Amino acid sequence: MKLITAVVRPERLAQVKAALFRAGVTGITINRVSGHGGEVELQEHYRGRTVVLEFREKVRLEMAVSEPFVEPTIKAILTSARTGHVGDGKIFVQPLERVIRIRTGEVDTAAVTAVTADAVQKQALKEAKL
Amino acid sequence: MRRSVGLGLLMTLACPLALAGQGGPAADSLAKAANAASAANTVAINFVWTLVAGFLVMFMQAGFAMVETGFTRAKNAAHTITMNFMVYGIAMLAYWVVGFALQAGGVGALGTLGGYDKLAHEVSLTIAGKEWGLFGGTGFFLTGVAYTAPVFAYFLFQMVFMDTAATIPTGALAERWKFSAFAVFSVFVGAFIYPIYANWTWGGGWLAMLGKNLGLGHGHVDFAGSSVVHMTGGVMAFVTAALLGPRRGKYNADGSVNAIPGHNIPMALIGTFILAFGWFGFNAGSTLAGSDLRIGVIATNTMLAGAAGGVTSMLYMWFKYGKPDPSMMANGTLAGLVAITAPCAFVTAPSAVLIGGIAGVLVCVAVFFIDGKLRIDDPVGAISVHGVNGLWGILALGLLADGTYGDGWNGVNGAVRGLFYGDASQFAAQLIGGVANFVGVGAMAFVAYKVTAFVVGGHRVAPEVEELGLDLPEMGALAYPDTQEISSAVILSETASGGGIGQLEPEPEAV
Repeated sequence: MKLITAVVRPERLAQVKAALFRAGVTGITINRVSGHGGEVELQEHYRGRTVVLEFREKVRLEMAVSEPFVEPTIKAILTSARTGHVGDGKIFVQPLERVIRIRTGEVDTAAVTAVTADAVQKQALKEAKL
Repeated sequence: MRRSVGLGLLMTLACPLALAGQGGPAADSLAKAANAASAANTVAINFVWTLVAGFLVMFMQAGFAMVETGFTRAKNAAHTITMNFMVYGIAMLAYWVVGFALQAGGVGALGTLGGYDKLAHEVSLTIAGKEWGLFGGTGFFLTGVAYTAPVFAYFLFQMVFMDTAATIPTGALAERWKFSAFAVFSVFVGAFIYPIYANWTWGGGWLAMLGKNLGLGHGHVDFAGSSVVHMTGGVMAFVTAALLGPRRGKYNADGSVNAIPGHNIPMALIGTFILAFGWFGFNAGSTLAGSDLRIGVIATNTMLAGAAGGVTSMLYMWFKYGKPDPSMMANGTLAGLVAITAPCAFVTAPSAVLIGGIAGVLVCVAVFFIDGKLRIDDPVGAISVHGVNGLWGILALGLLADGTYGDGWNGVNGAVRGLFYGDASQFAAQLIGGVANFVGVGAMAFVAYKVTAFVVGGHRVAPEVEELGLDLPEMGALAYPDTQEISSAVILSETASGGGIGQLEPEPEAV
């Protein structure tokens, strides 16, 4: 099991989500975050005074996935989040010790797979073909 | 009901026409009755116009609330908007008790509202055989001779003007002013500071008499309040903001200035539109007469100047800083409206555009100067919009009044003319009006600030309160609780007392 954390552009979030669903990854937590990467700082003016926008808006996604899903997840994010310009974000992969589903007490691989994963993936693939 | 009124109006109009060719004593008395009915209708139209215009001006409070709250930070939003909300009631009651009597107690006959003339007690000094009015002395609590429909209508219209002035300092002092200090200071505004200068200009006081007594044009002329309302608000903001000091983090140790961006630009711009809408009541309503057809000129000049101010401020910021700044466009539009408020009835359309256009640039320059050179922190630009452009408005009247309106103004025969139309003395009267505002209102604001500090123990919130935001410490309520980290603290204390959702005990039923 791995915990995959991805930081992506907010405007690519819809495409990233669709790609993950097609890959069968349906358990996702997202946050709006701000951060600093390789981008040049933006300078704007407010009422004639300089404002430096030091941090850029990003979205952080977190997914706990079982081993067979690690590479498909990374591939899905790479293809959907990439624009080729500085500021596309990062993917971090870390080992995961334990996962417990609170509702049932299931652990590890049984706990990371969403109950509705198959149905969600089928629907996503159907939409992609349309 | 509506139909019968319409029918009556139709008959009033038809009677003089039908009887015009007949002559005879019976026809004479009928014609007299028709004239009387027509005069009564004129008064009624003036009443309705004055009241409806007053309602429009009252709604400007909503515009001010949105502009000031939008230009300040989210952590102070509940505090800022509550000051705007409560200044309406606090200053109004003070004005009802004392202020109105000081302003209008000696105003004389209310010509357009039926000619009621019992507000006739002006306290004045006699110097070299001339009367110089200082303040009025009848109409306290709106009782006695003031308890009559014309005075009540006049009160409503004058009250909303006073509240406009009273809400201007709340923007300049936002994000650091104790609510208790605001509440006490606002009593002084409604009771004394605004009414006394308003008396000098609109209540038959000494500024109005400069024409009659000294031959300076028509005396200090301010049609709808560039000086009486806006410069008064701006000067109060200037004095009190200088005394209160800048927000924490506004100025760096090395002398450089930081921008502190407001949290809601759309709110501020919608507020600006509401103000521009209310301004039609502000300016055109100041005829106190729907039967005075000059309202067409006034409303259109108001519209043009506001637009010109918005456009020139946009262009100025665009050229100077590379992008058009929305907050300065809002300030520029308001600056144009403030500047046209005094001259709106007296100038041509090109003059109105010129006055508004200059105001739009002037406000940008003033914001930068007050912020950077004077180092007075004014989060919303109130001093630049209302103070600087209020002064520009009355001076513009002294330059550009074209002699087509204002015959008999302040008891001086002939129409009002500015310097460029042949009357330099009118410009002198306007200058005196401006200096009197700066000195008189400035001194009163200083005293009121000091007395308020004594009453409530200082004006400034503690540094920790300013860092955290004034909403919780001052108001006990957050403007946006769901987006604040503090909301998770509330949930934590709930879970501490019980278990998960399944284990919660039901509330005991009442016996």
